[in-house]
Amino acid sequence: MLNAKIPAGPLETKWSKYKSTVKLVNPANKRKLEVIVIGTGLAGASAAASLAELGYKVKAFCFQDSARRAHSIAAQGGINAAKNYQNDGDSVFRLFYDTVKGGDYRAREGNVYRLAEVSAAIIDQCVAQGVPFAREYGGLLSNRSFGGTQVQRTFYAAGQTGQQLLLGAYSALQRQVALGNVKMYSRHEMLDVVKVDGKARGIIARDLVTGKLERHFGHSVLICSGGYGNVFFLSTNAMGSNVTAAWKAHKAGAFFGNPCFTQIHPTCIPVSGDHQSKLTLMSESLRNDGRIWVPKKQNDNRKPTDIPEEERDYYLERRYPAFGNLVPRDVASRAAKERCDAGYGVGASRMAVYLDYADAIVRYGTIEASKRGEDNAPKEEIIAMGKGVVAEKYGNLFDMYAKITGENPYETPMRIYPAVHYTMGGLWVDYELMTTVPGLYALGEANFSDHGANRLGASALMQGLADGYFVIPYTIGNYLADEIHTKPIPLDHPAFVESEKKVQGQLDTLMNIRGKHSVDHFHKALGKIMWDKCGMARNEQGLKEAINEIRALKEEFWKDVRIPGGQHEFNPELEKAGRVADFLELGELMCMDALMRRESCGGHFREESQTEEGEAKRNDENFSFVAAWEYKGPGNFDLHKEELNFEIVHPTQRSYK
Amino acid sequence: MKLTLKIWRQQNNQAKGHFETFEVSDVSKDMSFLEMFDVLNERLINEGKEPIAFDHDCREGICGACSMYINGRAHGPWHETTTCQLHMRAYNDGDTIVVEPWRASAFPVIKDLTVDRSAFDRIIQAGGYISVNTGNAVDANAIPIDKTDADHAFAAAACIGCGACVAACKNSSAMLFTSAKVSQLALLPQGDPERKQRAMDMVAQMDKEGFGSCTNTGACEAECPKGISLANIARLNREFIAAGFSSEA
Ligand SMILES: Cc1cc2nc3c(=O)[nH]c(=O)nc-3n(C[C@H](O)[C@H](O)[C@H](O)COP(=O)(O)OP(=O)(O)OC[C@H]3O[C@@H](n4cnc5c(N)ncnc54)[C@H](O)[C@@H]3O)c2cc1C
Ligand code: SF4
Ligand code: FES
Repeated sequence: MLNAKIPAGPLETKWSKYKSTVKLVNPANKRKLEVIVIGTGLAGASAAASLAELGYKVKAFCFQDSARRAHSIAAQGGINAAKNYQNDGDSVFRLFYDTVKGGDYRAREGNVYRLAEVSAAIIDQCVAQGVPFAREYGGLLSNRSFGGTQVQRTFYAAGQTGQQLLLGAYSALQRQVALGNVKMYSRHEMLDVVKVDGKARGIIARDLVTGKLERHFGHSVLICSGGYGNVFFLSTNAMGSNVTAAWKAHKAGAFFGNPCFTQIHPTCIPVSGDHQSKLTLMSESLRNDGRIWVPKKQNDNRKPTDIPEEERDYYLERRYPAFGNLVPRDVASRAAKERCDAGYGVGASRMAVYLDYADAIVRYGTIEASKRGEDNAPKEEIIAMGKGVVAEKYGNLFDMYAKITGENPYETPMRIYPAVHYTMGGLWVDYELMTTVPGLYALGEANFSDHGANRLGASALMQGLADGYFVIPYTIGNYLADEIHTKPIPLDHPAFVESEKKVQGQLDTLMNIRGKHSVDHFHKALGKIMWDKCGMARNEQGLKEAINEIRALKEEFWKDVRIPGGQHEFNPELEKAGRVADFLELGELMCMDALMRRESCGGHFREESQTEEGEAKRNDENFSFVAAWEYKGPGNFDLHKEELNFEIVHPTQRSYK
Repeated sequence: MKLTLKIWRQQNNQAKGHFETFEVSDVSKDMSFLEMFDVLNERLINEGKEPIAFDHDCREGICGACSMYINGRAHGPWHETTTCQLHMRAYNDGDTIVVEPWRASAFPVIKDLTVDRSAFDRIIQAGGYISVNTGNAVDANAIPIDKTDADHAFAAAACIGCGACVAACKNSSAMLFTSAKVSQLALLPQGDPERKQRAMDMVAQMDKEGFGSCTNTGACEAECPKGISLANIARLNREFIAAGFSSEA
């Protein structure tokens, strides 16, 4: 059994007690300690900036041309915090409770409580940095609701919350760059973790412009490289999002936690053809006001606006009256799949449902009219005012929908379908965010920590910033306090030489295959296997087939991939090839993990384990644990377990009815 | 649809570039502009040729990575739309499309359509932040902010740092980008203490990077995918002048 090192004592005092007793590093020593941060998303940028402010010497890496372009920039809907500004009964405990329940009782209580506890300080910090959150007319901050909760605790900046939060963290990071406390390496990709005497001591990175390999020393290394949803090829993630940094850490000894826990987001723009390169999210915030429906008749070909009210099935409101359109994502996604599989889907492919704003437009229009004292305004004017309000709240999302589909969502309901969005799985970390390799940490989406088997909306941004601003600055000291006598390890140390040789070997092998098929060809094939057999619904037979198919595909990849261009130059195809090679290994592990977990929980739906109503059925007796996989060589992984103990929240069948 | 593409090819920063012409068929109207490039690149790889290098990541119009100069316009023909959000519905069968990288001496070409925009990071480093260490903040609602100011700050903060404003400007000025950040922070009470120094330092860095001066042609605003307004440039000018006066005093 793995030990997560959760501090003893009552839940409410664990973190404060930890903070006040943890080892400290004095300022003079901090200047001698070097920290490598891989990734400049919310987790990486906030960590790098905060550690540099404390006095550590930081090197930060990202593969984009600027730290500001990390995938976090694309987050739309919002960030949760237990501020209770709305006076609607929110509290640290409630946020904690909602998150544990939302995660279908597969997360650690201690971690989640800490997350809820620091959430309020995140909003304070961001506002101080100049993050322009939405405000009410009185000048105070505005909130909206998200799925899986009954309070309004989500802070937002139109549909661009991730952008604004990231630019806040990015500016804090640039300030430290200017002060000389952070050295920034953009267009660099980390390709290995270097270990000396069992501890993480540095990395090998490739300069993506020149193709040169570089060695970097650090007293510790932080992996903040984001999620691995792109293992499915099509996902809402940015094109470059990948698992490579986390996977290299895994191969260096860090266990991988719950790899099969994937979030399929219910509201995305459906696939339009074979050329599709990615899927676009329509923020969950749209479920605040939009209503989801399909026709009551199968294969109904009428235009949505021609289908009368009584012939529409608002299936979420029907099945889940208490939460309605705001059920958690896993529940909403499965319900959409169920309707489409049963023949009620809409659009050309019939793999879509409607997200309808007609009611919301009238409702907002009426409120607006009464605010302006125009209670008897004609219907068209009310609708026009309503559209104005909706545009202010969601305009950028509606515009995006219109550009992609060529349809006007103010006039006709949007067509949506679930898509891969987020990975709850990731590097296993203890309470201090340290992986099973001493000195190697994982933050943000790259770790497995706080969301259990299903993440609630607006909680990833919260977790990334909690990890970076408020957790790692304390926990890293506990490790580095014992490293103050460790001198920087020379870069010609055999561990660096060996590691670089291995990386160079893989690059040479890839370049020398000179096969017939592009990297994307293999990536798409992998994505199809994963989506069909390890996607929204999984079963034993399918998973076994998937494992064999992935193994065969992997073999073919290493025989037949074609990478044009050279190694010592800017070569995006070579970058992609390395990432797909890692996805192929990860995909196999995800299927193994899904096969092992013979229960349904959150986003992991094993068809063999469902209630009569088709809801996910957990098996707490046998599966109340975190699966942490150890790498033992190609295709060979050992399972370790971290038992989950629930002292406060008692696991029950999750109900949103 | 069948289209003719004339695309800038340049092996690296030192090499001389040239246009290369490609005929593409089977372009669907539902494709995004970059998906058309994906299809073309797949074909080039299959033919044993080198694909066209271009920057992109989110493909949702928010990361600011994509950066193509299309038929003489930064990000192509659609109003307030990045290259990645441009869809082939914008074109007709038989069209010829010329695609170039951003052209500015402060944005050197790395390869084909990929350029180096790190100058923007350095402008931010010069002062595009509020100096507040983690943990130093007061309660988020302690300072109410007038909604109009907050909305204007948000509108300025929407800049994605793509560089289209520079590419569109005949002087390659970075004023729209710089002014967007200066404005955002000047409009918020939190940004007030450093506002003078910020304006001076960021403008100084902009000049040092080799961006040209602003002659108010408005080309930047017209091509900015995020609708960043020229009013920000006016505000930067006011900030800059005010800073100049007070530093002399
Ligand atoms: C479209 C979309 C909308 C979302 N909306 C919301 C929302 O409204 N609310 C919410 O809470 N969550 C949302 N999420 C989820 C959330 O955005 C992410 O989980 C979160 O931003 C991840 O942050 P991160 O810092 O962990 O990683 P990322 O932001 O993904 O950053 C990863 C960083 O690692 C770097 N990197 C990766 N590999 C390497 C390598 N090998 N070498 C060097 N650098 C590397 C990258 O360059 C990048 O800088 C959304 C996600 C998507 C896809
Ligand atoms: S001001 Fe507009 S064009 Fe210029 S960088 Fe910002 S978003 Fe791009
Ligand atoms: S690829 Fe991100 S803005 Fe176009």
